[in-house]
Amino acid sequence: MNRRSMGAIVGIGELKPQRKTQGATTLDMIAQVVRLAVADAGLEKEAIDGLLVGPQVGETPQHVPATVCEYLGIQPRMSNVVDLGGASGPGMIWRAAAAIAAGMCEAVVCVLANTREEEASRSPNRNPIREFDVPFGASGANISYALPMQRHMAEYGTKPEHFAAIAAWARHNAQYNPDAIFYGQPATVSDVLLSPIVASPLHLYEIVMPVAGGEAVVVVSAERARSLNQRPVHLLGAGEKLTHRAISQAPTLTSGPLKPSMSQAMAQAGVSVRQMSLLSLYDCYTIMVALTIEDAGLCKPGQFGHWIESHRLGFDGDKPLNTHGGQLGFGQPDLAGGMTHVVEAVRQLRHSAGNRQIRNADLALVTGNGATVSEAVALVLGADA
Amino acid sequence: MNEIIERMQALTIPGPIPSAISAPFWDATAQGRFELQRCDDCHRWVFYPRNHCPHCWGSSLHWQPAQGRGRLKSFSFVHRPGHAAWQSVAPYPVALVELAEGPTMLSTLLVTSEDQASLRIGMPLKVQLVRVGKFTLPMFVLSDEEA
Repeated sequence: MNRRSMGAIVGIGELKPQRKTQGATTLDMIAQVVRLAVADAGLEKEAIDGLLVGPQVGETPQHVPATVCEYLGIQPRMSNVVDLGGASGPGMIWRAAAAIAAGMCEAVVCVLANTREEEASRSPNRNPIREFDVPFGASGANISYALPMQRHMAEYGTKPEHFAAIAAWARHNAQYNPDAIFYGQPATVSDVLLSPIVASPLHLYEIVMPVAGGEAVVVVSAERARSLNQRPVHLLGAGEKLTHRAISQAPTLTSGPLKPSMSQAMAQAGVSVRQMSLLSLYDCYTIMVALTIEDAGLCKPGQFGHWIESHRLGFDGDKPLNTHGGQLGFGQPDLAGGMTHVVEAVRQLRHSAGNRQIRNADLALVTGNGATVSEAVALVLGADA
Repeated sequence: MNEIIERMQALTIPGPIPSAISAPFWDATAQGRFELQRCDDCHRWVFYPRNHCPHCWGSSLHWQPAQGRGRLKSFSFVHRPGHAAWQSVAPYPVALVELAEGPTMLSTLLVTSEDQASLRIGMPLKVQLVRVGKFTLPMFVLSDEEA
Protein backbone atom coordinates (compact mmCIF):
# COMPACT_ATOMS: atom_id res chain seq x y z
CA MET A 1 0.00 0.00 0.00
CA ASN A 2 1.35 3.38 -0.98
CA ARG A 3 1.62 5.93 1.83
CA ARG A 4 2.25 9.57 1.30
CA SER A 5 4.18 11.01 4.24
CA MET A 6 3.16 14.52 5.28
CA GLY A 7 6.40 14.85 7.20
CA ALA A 8 8.70 12.97 9.54
CA ILE A 9 9.88 13.46 13.13
CA VAL A 10 13.65 13.10 13.08
CA GLY A 11 14.84 14.42 16.45
CA ILE A 12 13.69 14.53 20.07
CA GLY A 13 14.87 16.29 23.23
CA GLU A 14 13.68 16.04 26.83
CA LEU A 15 14.71 17.74 30.07
CA LYS A 16 14.63 15.83 33.33
CA PRO A 17 11.56 17.04 35.26
CA GLN A 18 12.24 19.26 38.29
CA ARG A 19 9.74 20.07 41.04
CA LYS A 20 11.09 23.63 41.30
CA THR A 21 13.59 25.75 39.40
CA GLN A 22 15.96 28.40 40.75
CA GLY A 23 16.95 31.38 38.66
CA ALA A 24 15.74 29.76 35.43
CA THR A 25 14.19 31.58 32.51
CA THR A 26 11.77 30.12 29.99
CA LEU A 27 14.07 31.28 27.19
CA ASP A 28 16.99 29.35 28.62
CA MET A 29 14.89 26.20 29.15
CA ILE A 30 13.85 26.45 25.49
CA ALA A 31 17.48 26.84 24.42
CA GLN A 32 18.51 23.76 26.40
CA VAL A 33 15.88 21.43 24.97
CA VAL A 34 16.20 22.76 21.40
CA ARG A 35 19.92 21.97 21.43
CA LEU A 36 19.13 18.41 22.52
CA ALA A 37 16.57 17.83 19.79
CA VAL A 38 18.66 19.38 17.02
CA ALA A 39 21.66 17.30 18.10
CA ASP A 40 19.48 14.16 18.18
CA ALA A 41 18.45 14.85 14.60
CA GLY A 42 22.07 15.26 13.60
CA LEU A 43 21.41 18.74 12.22
CA GLU A 44 23.39 21.96 12.50
CA LYS A 45 21.61 24.96 13.97
CA GLU A 46 21.85 26.71 10.59
CA ALA A 47 19.52 24.06 9.17
CA ILE A 48 16.67 25.18 11.45
CA ASP A 49 14.53 27.65 9.52
CA GLY A 50 11.15 27.16 11.17
CA LEU A 51 10.13 27.73 14.79
CA LEU A 52 6.90 26.83 16.59
CA VAL A 53 6.71 27.89 20.24
CA GLY A 54 4.14 28.14 23.00
CA PRO A 55 2.94 31.31 24.68
CA GLN A 56 5.11 32.71 27.47
CA VAL A 57 2.69 34.64 29.66
CA GLY A 58 4.52 36.67 32.29
CA GLU A 59 7.95 36.58 30.67
CA THR A 60 7.29 37.53 27.04
CA PRO A 61 3.67 38.54 26.45
CA GLN A 62 4.18 39.46 22.78
CA HIS A 63 6.73 38.85 20.00
CA VAL A 64 7.45 35.40 21.39
CA PRO A 65 8.98 33.83 18.24
CA ALA A 66 11.18 36.88 17.58
CA THR A 67 12.38 36.82 21.17
CA VAL A 68 13.13 33.09 20.99
CA CYS A 69 14.82 33.35 17.55
CA GLU A 70 17.00 36.19 18.74
CA TYR A 71 17.93 34.32 21.91
CA LEU A 72 18.84 31.17 19.96
CA GLY A 73 20.65 33.07 17.22
CA ILE A 74 18.49 31.57 14.47
CA GLN A 75 16.59 33.35 11.69
CA PRO A 76 13.49 31.32 10.87
CA ARG A 77 11.53 31.80 7.66
CA MET A 78 8.36 30.52 9.37
CA SER A 79 7.36 30.93 12.99
CA ASN A 80 4.28 30.97 15.15
CA VAL A 81 2.88 30.67 18.62
CA VAL A 82 0.66 27.61 18.90
CA ASP A 83 -1.76 28.30 21.72
CA LEU A 84 -3.89 25.19 22.16
CA GLY A 85 -3.30 24.25 25.79
CA GLY A 86 -2.51 20.56 26.13
CA ALA A 87 -2.99 20.03 22.39
CA SER A 88 -0.24 22.52 21.54
CA GLY A 89 2.49 19.90 21.06
CA PRO A 90 0.55 17.74 18.58
CA GLY A 91 -0.82 20.88 16.98
CA MET A 92 2.73 21.97 16.22
CA ILE A 93 3.59 18.79 14.35
CA TRP A 94 1.04 19.16 11.54
CA ARG A 95 1.69 22.85 11.27
CA ALA A 96 5.35 22.12 10.79
CA ALA A 97 4.57 19.51 8.11
CA ALA A 98 2.11 21.82 6.37
CA ALA A 99 4.60 24.68 6.38
CA ILE A 100 7.25 22.42 4.87
CA ALA A 101 4.83 21.16 2.21
CA ALA A 102 4.02 24.79 1.40
CA GLY A 103 7.68 25.56 0.82
CA MET A 104 7.95 28.14 3.59
CA CYS A 105 10.76 26.35 5.38
CA GLU A 106 12.57 23.04 5.51
CA ALA A 107 13.37 22.12 9.13
CA VAL A 108 11.03 23.21 11.91
CA VAL A 109 11.81 23.00 15.62
CA CYS A 110 8.68 22.72 17.80
CA VAL A 111 9.35 23.58 21.44
CA LEU A 112 7.45 23.98 24.71
CA ALA A 113 9.19 24.61 28.04
CA ASN A 114 8.44 26.20 31.38
CA THR A 115 9.95 27.16 34.71
CA ARG A 116 8.56 26.76 38.23
CA GLU A 117 10.19 29.47 40.28
CA GLU A 118 9.84 29.74 44.04
CA GLU A 119 9.23 33.50 43.86
CA ALA A 120 6.61 34.97 41.59
CA SER A 121 7.90 37.28 38.87
CA ARG A 122 8.20 40.91 39.99
CA SER A 123 7.12 42.23 36.61
CA PRO A 124 4.96 40.70 33.92
CA ASN A 125 7.70 41.36 31.38
CA ARG A 126 11.20 40.07 32.16
CA ASN A 127 12.74 39.44 28.76
CA PRO A 128 15.99 40.92 27.39
CA ILE A 129 14.45 44.02 25.79
CA ARG A 130 12.91 44.92 29.18
CA GLU A 131 16.22 44.42 30.97
CA PHE A 132 18.63 46.05 28.51
CA ASP A 133 16.66 48.67 26.52
CA VAL A 134 13.86 50.02 28.71
CA PRO A 135 16.12 51.13 31.62
CA PHE A 136 18.00 53.39 29.18
CA GLY A 137 14.87 55.32 28.23
CA ALA A 138 13.91 53.32 25.14
CA SER A 139 10.26 52.53 25.87
CA GLY A 140 7.81 52.23 23.00
CA ALA A 141 8.17 51.79 19.25
CA ASN A 142 8.98 55.36 18.19
CA ILE A 143 12.65 55.18 19.16
CA SER A 144 13.09 51.87 17.37
CA TYR A 145 12.19 53.56 14.09
CA ALA A 146 13.91 56.88 14.81
CA LEU A 147 17.25 55.05 15.09
CA PRO A 148 17.20 53.45 11.60
CA MET A 149 15.91 56.74 10.18
CA GLN A 150 18.82 58.71 11.67
CA ARG A 151 21.22 56.08 10.36
CA HIS A 152 19.71 56.23 6.85
CA MET A 153 20.11 60.01 6.80
CA ALA A 154 23.72 59.80 7.96
CA GLU A 155 24.71 56.94 5.68
CA TYR A 156 22.98 58.07 2.48
CA GLY A 157 22.23 61.76 2.91
CA THR A 158 18.48 61.20 2.85
CA LYS A 159 16.71 64.42 3.80
CA PRO A 160 13.81 64.98 6.20
CA GLU A 161 11.65 66.14 3.28
CA HIS A 162 12.14 62.79 1.53
CA PHE A 163 10.59 60.94 4.48
CA ALA A 164 7.96 63.65 4.95
CA ALA A 165 6.85 63.09 1.33
CA ILE A 166 5.65 59.59 2.26
CA ALA A 167 3.38 61.07 4.96
CA ALA A 168 2.17 63.78 2.58
CA TRP A 169 1.29 61.20 -0.11
CA ALA A 170 -0.53 59.13 2.52
CA ARG A 171 -2.59 62.17 3.50
CA HIS A 172 -3.18 62.92 -0.20
CA ASN A 173 -4.45 59.39 -0.85
CA ALA A 174 -6.64 59.52 2.26
CA GLN A 175 -8.59 62.32 0.56
CA TYR A 176 -10.04 59.66 -1.79
CA ASN A 177 -11.11 57.46 1.16
CA PRO A 178 -14.00 58.86 3.21
CA ASP A 179 -13.36 56.23 5.89
CA ALA A 180 -9.79 57.42 6.54
CA ILE A 181 -9.13 59.14 9.87
CA PHE A 182 -7.40 61.97 7.98
CA TYR A 183 -10.10 62.38 5.30
CA GLY A 184 -10.59 66.09 4.96
CA GLN A 185 -7.15 66.76 6.46
CA PRO A 186 -4.47 66.75 3.78
CA ALA A 187 -0.93 67.67 4.80
CA THR A 188 1.92 69.02 2.69
CA VAL A 189 5.58 68.14 3.10
CA SER A 190 6.10 71.38 5.01
CA ASP A 191 3.09 70.62 7.25
CA VAL A 192 4.75 67.31 8.12
CA LEU A 193 8.09 68.98 8.82
CA LEU A 194 6.38 71.60 11.00
CA SER A 195 4.67 68.97 13.15
CA PRO A 196 6.42 68.38 16.51
CA ILE A 197 9.45 66.11 16.80
CA VAL A 198 8.50 63.03 18.84
CA ALA A 199 11.83 61.21 18.73
CA SER A 200 14.35 62.82 16.40
CA PRO A 201 14.31 62.72 13.45
CA LEU A 202 10.67 61.48 13.50
CA HIS A 203 7.90 64.09 13.29
CA LEU A 204 4.41 63.52 14.68
CA TYR A 205 2.83 63.25 11.20
CA GLU A 206 5.31 60.53 10.25
CA ILE A 207 3.85 58.26 12.95
CA VAL A 208 0.53 56.43 12.65
CA MET A 209 -2.50 57.60 14.61
CA PRO A 210 -3.83 54.79 16.84
CA VAL A 211 -7.53 54.13 16.23
CA ALA A 212 -10.12 51.46 17.05
CA GLY A 213 -11.26 49.33 14.11
CA GLY A 214 -11.10 45.89 12.56
CA GLU A 215 -10.34 44.01 9.36
CA ALA A 216 -11.33 40.52 8.20
CA VAL A 217 -10.45 38.39 5.21
CA VAL A 218 -11.95 35.07 4.08
CA VAL A 219 -9.63 32.75 2.21
CA VAL A 220 -10.77 29.67 0.23
CA SER A 221 -9.19 27.55 -2.49
CA ALA A 222 -9.10 28.92 -6.01
CA GLU A 223 -11.43 26.08 -7.03
CA ARG A 224 -13.99 26.94 -4.38
CA ALA A 225 -13.69 30.63 -5.23
CA ARG A 226 -15.10 30.00 -8.71
CA SER A 227 -18.51 29.19 -7.26
CA LEU A 228 -18.65 32.32 -5.07
CA ASN A 229 -19.90 35.79 -5.82
CA GLN A 230 -16.82 37.97 -5.79
CA ARG A 231 -14.12 38.12 -8.39
CA PRO A 232 -11.31 36.14 -6.71
CA VAL A 233 -7.96 37.63 -5.75
CA HIS A 234 -5.24 35.03 -5.73
CA LEU A 235 -2.29 34.53 -3.40
CA LEU A 236 0.54 34.02 -5.87
CA GLY A 237 3.53 34.10 -3.52
CA ALA A 238 4.51 34.62 0.11
CA GLY A 239 7.64 35.14 2.17
CA GLU A 240 8.38 35.50 5.87
CA LYS A 241 11.49 36.23 7.91
CA LEU A 242 12.47 37.08 11.50
CA THR A 243 15.89 38.40 12.42
CA HIS A 244 15.76 39.86 15.95
CA ARG A 245 13.48 41.52 18.52
CA ALA A 246 15.19 44.68 19.84
CA ILE A 247 16.48 47.32 17.41
CA SER A 248 19.83 47.11 19.23
CA GLN A 249 20.17 43.53 17.99
CA ALA A 250 19.21 44.22 14.35
CA PRO A 251 21.81 42.83 11.90
CA THR A 252 21.64 46.09 9.95
CA LEU A 253 19.73 49.36 10.36
CA THR A 254 19.22 50.25 6.71
CA SER A 255 17.68 47.02 5.41
CA GLY A 256 15.30 44.56 6.98
CA PRO A 257 13.87 41.07 6.80
CA LEU A 258 11.28 42.20 4.27
CA LYS A 259 14.07 42.07 1.68
CA PRO A 260 14.33 38.26 1.60
CA SER A 261 10.57 37.98 2.27
CA MET A 262 9.64 40.05 -0.75
CA SER A 263 12.26 38.37 -2.87
CA GLN A 264 10.82 34.96 -1.95
CA ALA A 265 7.22 36.07 -2.51
CA MET A 266 7.98 37.48 -5.96
CA ALA A 267 10.06 34.46 -6.95
CA GLN A 268 7.19 32.15 -6.00
CA ALA A 269 4.80 34.26 -8.03
CA GLY A 270 7.24 34.51 -10.93
CA VAL A 271 6.86 38.27 -11.14
CA SER A 272 9.09 41.29 -10.64
CA VAL A 273 8.46 44.36 -8.51
CA ARG A 274 8.25 46.54 -11.62
CA GLN A 275 5.10 44.67 -12.69
CA MET A 276 3.15 45.70 -9.58
CA SER A 277 0.01 47.78 -10.16
CA LEU A 278 -0.15 48.59 -6.44
CA LEU A 279 2.45 48.82 -3.68
CA SER A 280 0.50 48.14 -0.48
CA LEU A 281 3.36 48.61 1.96
CA TYR A 282 3.20 48.55 5.75
CA ASP A 283 3.68 52.14 6.90
CA CYS A 284 3.77 52.44 10.68
CA TYR A 285 6.44 55.14 10.15
CA THR A 286 7.75 56.89 7.03
CA ILE A 287 11.15 55.21 7.43
CA MET A 288 9.48 51.81 7.15
CA VAL A 289 8.22 52.65 3.65
CA ALA A 290 11.65 53.98 2.65
CA LEU A 291 13.37 50.77 3.76
CA THR A 292 10.74 48.64 2.02
CA ILE A 293 11.07 50.50 -1.30
CA GLU A 294 14.82 49.91 -1.23
CA ASP A 295 14.52 46.31 -0.05
CA ALA A 296 11.94 45.60 -2.78
CA GLY A 297 14.49 46.61 -5.39
CA LEU A 298 12.45 49.59 -6.63
CA CYS A 299 15.68 51.55 -6.26
CA LYS A 300 19.22 50.85 -5.12
CA PRO A 301 20.05 50.86 -1.39
CA GLY A 302 20.20 54.44 -0.15
CA GLN A 303 18.46 55.87 -3.23
CA PHE A 304 14.99 56.26 -1.69
CA GLY A 305 15.42 60.04 -1.66
CA HIS A 306 15.89 60.15 -5.41
CA TRP A 307 13.08 57.63 -5.92
CA ILE A 308 10.49 59.62 -3.98
CA GLU A 309 11.40 62.78 -5.89
CA SER A 310 10.71 61.14 -9.24
CA HIS A 311 7.46 59.24 -8.67
CA ARG A 312 3.82 60.04 -8.02
CA LEU A 313 2.16 57.74 -5.49
CA GLY A 314 -1.53 58.47 -6.03
CA PHE A 315 -3.99 55.98 -7.57
CA ASP A 316 -3.48 57.77 -10.90
CA GLY A 317 0.29 58.11 -10.48
CA ASP A 318 3.06 55.99 -11.98
CA LYS A 319 3.64 54.13 -8.67
CA PRO A 320 0.36 53.88 -6.74
CA LEU A 321 1.25 53.26 -3.08
CA ASN A 322 -1.21 52.69 -0.25
CA THR A 323 -4.19 54.03 -2.16
CA HIS A 324 -6.41 53.74 0.95
CA GLY A 325 -4.19 56.32 2.62
CA GLY A 326 -1.96 53.77 4.27
CA GLN A 327 -1.99 53.55 8.01
CA LEU A 328 -0.45 57.04 8.06
CA GLY A 329 -3.61 58.39 6.44
CA PHE A 330 -6.21 55.78 7.34
CA GLY A 331 -5.17 55.31 10.98
CA GLN A 332 -3.78 52.25 12.73
CA PRO A 333 -6.41 49.95 14.26
CA ASP A 334 -3.75 48.15 16.29
CA LEU A 335 -2.91 44.70 14.85
CA ALA A 336 -5.62 45.09 12.20
CA GLY A 337 -3.58 47.93 10.72
CA GLY A 338 -1.47 45.49 8.76
CA MET A 339 -4.58 43.89 7.32
CA THR A 340 -5.69 47.21 5.84
CA HIS A 341 -2.96 46.75 3.21
CA VAL A 342 -4.43 43.35 2.25
CA VAL A 343 -8.01 44.62 2.10
CA GLU A 344 -7.08 47.60 -0.10
CA ALA A 345 -5.13 45.33 -2.45
CA VAL A 346 -8.19 43.09 -2.76
CA ARG A 347 -10.40 46.09 -3.58
CA GLN A 348 -7.99 47.25 -6.28
CA LEU A 349 -7.58 43.79 -7.80
CA ARG A 350 -11.36 43.22 -7.83
CA HIS A 351 -11.60 46.57 -9.59
CA SER A 352 -14.01 47.75 -6.91
CA ALA A 353 -11.99 50.67 -5.50
CA GLY A 354 -14.41 53.27 -6.81
CA ASN A 355 -13.05 56.80 -7.15
CA ARG A 356 -9.50 55.66 -6.45
CA GLN A 357 -9.42 52.63 -8.78
CA ILE A 358 -6.05 51.95 -10.43
CA ARG A 359 -6.55 51.35 -14.15
CA ASN A 360 -6.10 47.70 -15.15
CA ALA A 361 -4.93 46.73 -11.65
CA ASP A 362 -3.42 43.28 -11.98
CA LEU A 363 -0.73 42.66 -9.33
CA ALA A 364 -0.16 43.96 -5.80
CA LEU A 365 2.80 43.68 -3.44
CA VAL A 366 1.55 43.62 0.17
CA THR A 367 3.87 43.82 3.17
CA GLY A 368 3.52 43.42 6.91
CA ASN A 369 6.10 44.37 9.51
CA GLY A 370 6.32 43.85 13.25
CA ALA A 371 8.36 44.85 16.29
CA THR A 372 11.50 46.78 15.28
CA VAL A 373 11.85 46.12 11.53
CA SER A 374 12.23 42.52 12.66
CA GLU A 375 9.12 40.49 11.80
CA ALA A 376 8.34 40.47 8.08
CA VAL A 377 5.72 38.98 5.80
CA ALA A 378 5.32 39.75 2.09
CA LEU A 379 2.53 38.64 -0.22
CA VAL A 380 2.02 38.90 -3.96
CA LEU A 381 -1.67 39.10 -4.81
CA GLY A 382 -3.06 38.86 -8.33
CA ALA A 383 -6.36 39.61 -10.07
CA ASP A 384 -8.40 36.72 -11.48
CA ALA A 385 -7.50 36.04 -15.08
CA MET B 1 28.72 66.89 32.08
CA ASN B 2 28.30 66.54 35.85
CA GLU B 3 24.98 68.33 35.57
CA ILE B 4 23.68 65.81 33.01
CA ILE B 5 24.82 62.92 35.17
CA GLU B 6 23.11 64.42 38.22
CA ARG B 7 19.86 64.78 36.29
CA MET B 8 20.05 61.12 35.26
CA GLN B 9 20.88 60.02 38.81
CA ALA B 10 17.78 61.80 40.08
CA LEU B 11 15.44 59.74 37.86
CA THR B 12 13.11 57.08 39.22
CA ILE B 13 13.03 54.73 36.22
CA PRO B 14 11.94 51.16 35.56
CA GLY B 15 15.29 49.52 36.35
CA PRO B 16 16.62 46.26 34.98
CA ILE B 17 15.21 43.01 36.32
CA PRO B 18 18.26 40.74 36.34
CA SER B 19 18.02 36.99 35.93
CA ALA B 20 20.54 34.56 37.38
CA ILE B 21 22.21 34.62 33.95
CA SER B 22 22.50 38.40 33.66
CA ALA B 23 23.17 39.25 37.32
CA PRO B 24 26.99 39.23 36.88
CA PHE B 25 26.67 42.08 34.37
CA TRP B 26 24.90 44.30 36.90
CA ASP B 27 27.10 43.14 39.80
CA ALA B 28 30.14 44.24 37.77
CA THR B 29 28.74 47.68 36.90
CA ALA B 30 27.84 48.20 40.57
CA GLN B 31 31.49 47.57 41.38
CA GLY B 32 32.72 49.97 38.70
CA ARG B 33 33.54 47.39 36.03
CA PHE B 34 32.15 46.92 32.48
CA GLU B 35 32.22 43.23 31.60
CA LEU B 36 30.84 41.14 28.74
CA GLN B 37 30.57 37.43 28.12
CA ARG B 38 32.92 35.72 25.69
CA CYS B 39 32.48 32.28 24.14
CA ASP B 40 35.28 29.79 24.84
CA ASP B 41 34.48 27.88 21.64
CA CYS B 42 34.24 30.55 18.92
CA HIS B 43 35.89 33.35 20.97
CA ARG B 44 33.21 35.84 19.98
CA TRP B 45 31.75 38.30 22.49
CA VAL B 46 28.11 38.03 23.52
CA PHE B 47 25.68 40.76 24.57
CA TYR B 48 23.08 40.63 26.11
CA PRO B 49 23.97 37.86 28.58
CA ARG B 50 23.01 34.30 27.76
CA ASN B 51 23.84 30.78 28.89
CA HIS B 52 24.60 29.69 25.34
CA CYS B 53 26.50 31.45 22.57
CA PRO B 54 24.09 32.71 19.85
CA HIS B 55 26.91 32.47 17.28
CA CYS B 56 28.00 28.82 17.67
CA TRP B 57 25.68 27.48 20.40
CA GLY B 58 28.66 26.73 22.61
CA SER B 59 27.75 26.57 26.28
CA SER B 60 31.00 27.79 27.79
CA LEU B 61 30.72 31.54 28.23
CA HIS B 62 32.92 33.53 30.57
CA TRP B 63 32.71 37.08 31.85
CA GLN B 64 35.67 39.21 30.83
CA PRO B 65 36.54 42.88 31.24
CA ALA B 66 35.52 44.81 28.11
CA GLN B 67 37.12 48.01 26.84
CA GLY B 68 34.06 50.14 27.51
CA ARG B 69 34.64 51.73 24.13
CA GLY B 70 32.52 51.83 21.03
CA ARG B 71 31.18 53.84 18.14
CA LEU B 72 27.93 55.72 17.68
CA LYS B 73 25.80 53.56 15.37
CA SER B 74 22.70 55.77 15.57
CA PHE B 75 20.89 58.05 18.00
CA SER B 76 17.57 59.73 18.71
CA PHE B 77 16.64 62.63 20.96
CA VAL B 78 13.44 61.54 22.65
CA HIS B 79 11.07 64.49 23.01
CA ARG B 80 8.01 62.46 24.02
CA PRO B 81 9.15 59.55 26.21
CA GLY B 82 7.30 56.23 26.10
CA HIS B 83 7.57 56.08 29.89
CA ALA B 84 6.65 59.04 32.11
CA ALA B 85 9.72 58.53 34.31
CA TRP B 86 11.90 60.15 31.64
CA GLN B 87 9.78 63.27 31.11
CA SER B 88 11.94 65.50 33.33
CA VAL B 89 15.05 64.98 31.17
CA ALA B 90 13.35 65.15 27.74
CA PRO B 91 14.60 65.65 25.14
CA TYR B 92 17.23 63.07 26.05
CA PRO B 93 19.43 61.08 23.65
CA VAL B 94 19.17 57.32 23.24
CA ALA B 95 22.02 55.74 21.29
CA LEU B 96 22.99 52.50 19.65
CA VAL B 97 26.59 51.82 20.59
CA GLU B 98 28.61 49.35 18.55
CA LEU B 99 31.05 48.09 21.16
CA ALA B 100 34.70 47.54 20.24
CA GLU B 101 34.17 43.85 21.00
CA GLY B 102 31.46 43.55 18.29
CA PRO B 103 28.01 43.49 19.92
CA THR B 104 25.70 46.50 19.86
CA MET B 105 23.95 47.80 22.95
CA LEU B 106 21.31 50.44 23.42
CA SER B 107 22.22 53.09 25.96
CA THR B 108 21.79 56.67 27.06
CA LEU B 109 24.20 59.25 25.64
CA LEU B 110 25.36 61.82 28.18
CA VAL B 111 25.10 64.93 26.02
CA THR B 112 22.58 67.77 25.86
CA SER B 113 20.29 68.66 22.97
CA GLU B 114 22.67 71.58 22.27
CA ASP B 115 25.31 68.98 21.40
CA GLN B 116 23.05 67.32 18.82
CA ALA B 117 24.55 69.14 15.82
CA SER B 118 28.02 67.90 16.70
CA LEU B 119 27.04 64.23 16.84
CA ARG B 120 28.33 62.11 13.95
CA ILE B 121 27.55 58.49 13.20
CA GLY B 122 30.72 56.50 13.82
CA MET B 123 32.20 58.87 16.40
CA PRO B 124 34.05 57.22 19.32
CA LEU B 125 32.30 56.80 22.67
CA LYS B 126 33.34 55.49 26.05
CA VAL B 127 31.35 54.06 28.89
CA GLN B 128 30.39 56.12 31.94
CA LEU B 129 28.83 54.15 34.77
CA VAL B 130 25.93 56.04 36.33
CA ARG B 131 24.12 54.97 39.47
CA VAL B 132 20.34 55.35 39.00
CA GLY B 133 18.30 54.00 41.89
CA LYS B 134 19.39 50.47 42.81
CA PHE B 135 21.38 49.85 39.63
CA THR B 136 24.49 51.19 37.94
CA LEU B 137 23.76 51.74 34.25
CA PRO B 138 26.47 51.80 31.58
CA MET B 139 25.81 55.09 29.80
CA PHE B 140 28.16 56.62 27.23
CA VAL B 141 30.06 59.88 26.72
CA LEU B 142 31.87 61.25 23.68
CA SER B 143 35.50 60.20 23.57
CA ASP B 144 38.56 61.76 21.97
CA GLU B 145 40.23 58.39 21.61
CA GLU B 146 39.52 56.04 18.75
CA ALA B 147 37.76 52.82 19.71
